[in-house]
Amino acid sequence: MKYLDEFGDADLARKLLDDIAETTTQPWALMEVCGGQTHTIIRNGIDQLLPDEVELIHGPGCPVCVTPLETIDRALAIAARPDVIFCSFGDMIRVPGSTDDLLCIKSRGGDIRIVYSPLDAVRIAQQNPEKQVVFFGVGFETTAPANAMTVKLAKQQNLANFSLLVSHVLVPPAIRAIMDSPTSRVQGFLAAGHVCTVMGLSEYEPLVEQYQVPIVATGFEPLDVLEGIRRVVTQLEAGRAELDNAYPRAVTPEGNPVAQGVVREVFETCDRSWRGIGMIPQSGWRLNADYADFDAERRFDVLDIMTTESSLCRSGEVLQGLLKPNQCAAFGKECTPRSPLGAPMVSSEGACAAYYQFRRLEVTA
Amino acid sequence: MTQPNFDSWSCPMPLRDHSAIVMGHGAGGRLSGELVEHLFVPAFAGTELAGVLQQLGDAAVLDLGGTRIAMTTDSYVVRPRFFPGGNVGDLAINGTVNDLAVSGAVPLALSVGLILEEGMPLDELGVITETMGEAARAAGVSVVTGDTKVVDAGSGDGVYINTAGVGVVRPGLLLGPQYVEPGDKILISGPIAAHGIAVLSVRDGLEFGSDIVSDTAPLNRIIREVLDAGIQVSMMRDPTRGGVAATLNEIAHASGHGIVITERAVPVADDVRAACAFLGLDPLLVANEGRVVMFVRPDDADHALQILGDDNPGAAIIGSVVADHPGVVVARTGIGGTRVVDLPLAEQLPRIC
Repeated sequence: MKYLDEFGDADLARKLLDDIAETTTQPWALMEVCGGQTHTIIRNGIDQLLPDEVELIHGPGCPVCVTPLETIDRALAIAARPDVIFCSFGDMIRVPGSTDDLLCIKSRGGDIRIVYSPLDAVRIAQQNPEKQVVFFGVGFETTAPANAMTVKLAKQQNLANFSLLVSHVLVPPAIRAIMDSPTSRVQGFLAAGHVCTVMGLSEYEPLVEQYQVPIVATGFEPLDVLEGIRRVVTQLEAGRAELDNAYPRAVTPEGNPVAQGVVREVFETCDRSWRGIGMIPQSGWRLNADYADFDAERRFDVLDIMTTESSLCRSGEVLQGLLKPNQCAAFGKECTPRSPLGAPMVSSEGACAAYYQFRRLEVTA
Repeated sequence: MTQPNFDSWSCPMPLRDHSAIVMGHGAGGRLSGELVEHLFVPAFAGTELAGVLQQLGDAAVLDLGGTRIAMTTDSYVVRPRFFPGGNVGDLAINGTVNDLAVSGAVPLALSVGLILEEGMPLDELGVITETMGEAARAAGVSVVTGDTKVVDAGSGDGVYINTAGVGVVRPGLLLGPQYVEPGDKILISGPIAAHGIAVLSVRDGLEFGSDIVSDTAPLNRIIREVLDAGIQVSMMRDPTRGGVAATLNEIAHASGHGIVITERAVPVADDVRAACAFLGLDPLLVANEGRVVMFVRPDDADHALQILGDDNPGAAIIGSVVADHPGVVVARTGIGGTRVVDLPLAEQLPRIC
């Protein structure tokens, strides 16, 4: 795979950083929406290298982090059933529910399997007709097409033993919610490149116009992130607010129509709760009526499981960019990756975990 | 014999969020360390040589009337049993040979304990044991005793292998975190992370096409060459579970010094780096089975690199020991920033996207 070294080149990074420093004349607050970008920023120390005036606010774009507690609790209830094989992306299995995580369920005999592709879960269902196989379909628009494919295939193949536990979330309504929040300080956005790869750019035009805020589709390697920052800062300094694409090697204006097609066939838009943030209207996807039979929440009758979050955890403020992770009183004390209070401490993409892993010196020093 | 009384037994370990063993307790990260420190070390305290256990080295070094003997044991439960570049058999020999070698010992003899699952195909067992024989001959070590047990179908994973080994420590050689000093250079004997990625590439549910093969190999010969050349080595470790990051964190913690590595200097083969990138894994946290991390005095670093490099061109000096930030490992990132390299909590989990 090329790009790994090329898009982390130290000399080119220096040039971009110098350019950003020369352009910047006043303080700006930018939000990177996606947890993958947060990870790149912290892992490479990008925020330390930026001029002091450019502040990065870490957005709510880690699907693991924003999956509501009650969805996790429902997942745990389903996964604990002896007739179920519960399949999940790797980093969901350590997310704490109210009392347990999926690893605890596994240690008590639950059949929990990490898969890399959602389609592997369909294969497991074919191979285990005597079991109910459930896939934990979380994520943003990026993972939605592959998750949608699972139920499409299951329906085609009359796989009665497969179902999907869906908690899909969408980026544009989250940007809208952040801009509508009276406490928001965000002046420009790095849009999540891989979400745009699927969905294209058209959804962001109205946001740019309504809120007069620059939005730049941005990739995930160090140079990608720096280029996104450079373009947002350049717009802000020039008093412009435009939609821009700093990730053209993956993002086209129209996105991926095939992927959008399968998503439209399977999902419908719905209100969705975001862990630590609350309900955002029309910010999620759920299975539509044609595919309701494959909805794990209905199949296993777990819709009455309702739970609330730890009062110590201020992940809501972290996810809205109002608080840096290490400004939370519980950070590194009650709340560590070993015993997380909130989801951003769990996923490697979570802002709190990224700070804990890579920035503890600033706290302990 | 008294019956065990679970009512009066209280766990000495603050199992803050797990009341049962989870997979992470075996992954060589923070959870493993807590289990050893809070449960095992106290349980085995109070005997003449119990202090040796507390050193938590790859092998225990025992002074037997002037001759120092290194002793170690390890169990091998890899799934799948066969992976590109090896199988559980050569892993079981090389792993124990390496634990002895990094302790400064010349490996002499091994025991092999096999726990076989009912139904395990004999031809497969034949291949595994033949591989073990070849690995032992290649490393110049003798298998001198063994044991076989069979468990019911469903109670095991085909075959579990335990090997224990003894060796004689080179006279006068003193290795350990207490000998690590600021200024010491840190070397790695070749590109990292190939073993862990090779196993993942054939693991059920994660299979992906690649030519990546495990780095499993005995380290005793290359270590002997370095020591024969008179290189002043203060500490060695083979970075298996938990990878180079876990090894460096343990040594930083045990020595009371800080460690700085240059991320770009850490050798990772292109295909391994690519696999790590798409799985969302950090190569520093991925297991190796044929690499040694060596701490040497600064004046000897280039000479040591030359010897390691003759064996594997990927060998590199990756960092040094510093007096700052005791107990913490810091990486200089490729674009000039810094970050803390943490001890992994448990096994790394492939990321969602």
